[in-house]
Amino acid sequence: MEKLHANFRLPLRSYDLEFSLDVEGTVALVGPSGAGKTSVLRAVTGLVKPASGRIALDSSAWFDSERKIFLKPDERRVGLVFQEYALFPHMSVRENVAYAGRHRVDEFLERFRISHLAGARPTELSGGERQRVALARALARDPGVLLLDEPLSALDANTKIAVRGELQELLREFGLPTLLVTHDYEDAASLADHVGVIVDGHLRQFASPQELVAHPADGFVASFTGANLLRGTAHRREDELTVISLESGETVYSTDQGDGAVGVVVYPWEVLVGRSHQPDSALNVIEGEIRSLVRVGNRVRIRIGPLTAEVTDASVEKLGLAVGGRAVASFKATGTRLVSYR
Amino acid sequence: MVPVIAIFSHVPPSSLFHQLTTKVVKDALIVSGKTIVVAQIVTLLVGTPTAYFFASRRFPGRAILVTLVELPIVLPPAVAGLGLIVAFDRFGLIGRHWPWLASHVAFNQTAVVFAILLVSAPFYVRQGIAAFEAVDPSLVSASRTLGAGPVKTFFRVTLPLARSGLAAGLALSLARGLGEFGATIMFAGNLQGKTQTLPLAVYTQFESNLDAALAMSALLVVISFAILFSLKASGLWLRTRPVVVAGRG
Repeated sequence: MEKLHANFRLPLRSYDLEFSLDVEGTVALVGPSGAGKTSVLRAVTGLVKPASGRIALDSSAWFDSERKIFLKPDERRVGLVFQEYALFPHMSVRENVAYAGRHRVDEFLERFRISHLAGARPTELSGGERQRVALARALARDPGVLLLDEPLSALDANTKIAVRGELQELLREFGLPTLLVTHDYEDAASLADHVGVIVDGHLRQFASPQELVAHPADGFVASFTGANLLRGTAHRREDELTVISLESGETVYSTDQGDGAVGVVVYPWEVLVGRSHQPDSALNVIEGEIRSLVRVGNRVRIRIGPLTAEVTDASVEKLGLAVGGRAVASFKATGTRLVSYR
Repeated sequence: MVPVIAIFSHVPPSSLFHQLTTKVVKDALIVSGKTIVVAQIVTLLVGTPTAYFFASRRFPGRAILVTLVELPIVLPPAVAGLGLIVAFDRFGLIGRHWPWLASHVAFNQTAVVFAILLVSAPFYVRQGIAAFEAVDPSLVSASRTLGAGPVKTFFRVTLPLARSGLAAGLALSLARGLGEFGATIMFAGNLQGKTQTLPLAVYTQFESNLDAALAMSALLVVISFAILFSLKASGLWLRTRPVVVAGRG
């Protein structure tokens, strides 16, 4: 797989966007609106020109302020899927996909399951269909990098879960370095191998989704990242509870419905921490070594096995918790949510 | 509405049709037809890039420049005609530097075209700016990221999406150009078969042959009605934005 290198400074209206990142696999940029996320995509595509820095795909430079290189968007091997998809309203689905090149159009229509919509206009499509057309159109150009701007925000909650699953599959299938932008941490964690948190034009933290929850760099990252996302396989049971075998080996229960590959979402403040297992109403118990203790403001984030819990300083002291010691984390089945994960 | 009905009720329709075949009316039809076609072509060729330029660029003084371009819309046509006369005068702004051009634009059909252009083209440019500005910028960006250069982007995305707005502008300028009177009579004169357009012929015939004047008036009413009605039917009337379907990015 190729690697996208981006290191540049771009003055924006209220601050300078300073960005440095190497993109391999799928990387998500998360942050509040106005943080500069979309500007990163615009700079990588060449729709705006940074003041200084270098943007390159492997060894071929797209932008290099020292060597005075600035390639126009049409000269870069980049596929961008716009937030509202930006499909050409005066063209059919087929014409949209064929816009970048007439070869292999049928193959792409087939692959994205939009062959039956070839003659339709974008206005006649559902949100999920529009996204597939936008992806097909961007990928038909045979780009070296795929950029997705808020790929799921234009969809309603129900469609979103299904489309997110499709997107995961496609990203894996195409195996392109992918940079996606979202304000939703859950989308980022479920789609990306690594997540960058960007605030006011600066990358606050760059880490795996698990790392971000366990070791947030600051209070903002902590509040933004929010939830644990535990991968596992769900089996439905007679008594309506869903049993999930986690990849880390434990078994947990959820009141949410789910089957097959799922992600279990648990918020750190929903997790109780003790030295030993006490009988209580929490159905889910994970026992393990304390891998880290990180202070975030007046709270402490404790990583136990695959899980991160958030407790007060006082609790840490009362229980005598320390890195390397053993602890028990527990949470209620009603405190979990299941999201699709393939 | 009363004057319009009056025109059609004053003489029987058979007389109207008969009058349309007289020499003076035929001459005026030919002059008007030729000059309006040339004016519309020039409007398209020069007005389209002008409108696109103003829609896609922001620079100091742009608002003033746009206002100057639109000014003839509200200017009395006689003032426009006088402006043309002094510009093409031997000592005028154009006459002084390009005497050859000035000598070829005087009391002929080129002068008629200039008069029509001056008062009608601003309608097209004004509507064209609005039409180009209404094209979703993310569609233009999308075209660029899909490997299309600026030229392909303009012809495949921008122009087709602005087309309905441009068509409305062209229709408005056609209607305005057909009715042009003041600037033409001042700058090009009123010579039958040479510079006498339909409105000038109406004015001239009104004293000698009222039926001929009425016939031409009726014709102008029908044409104007057809232009306005087709604009309304296509939903473009009084609409500064053409149909843009996609959301903004």
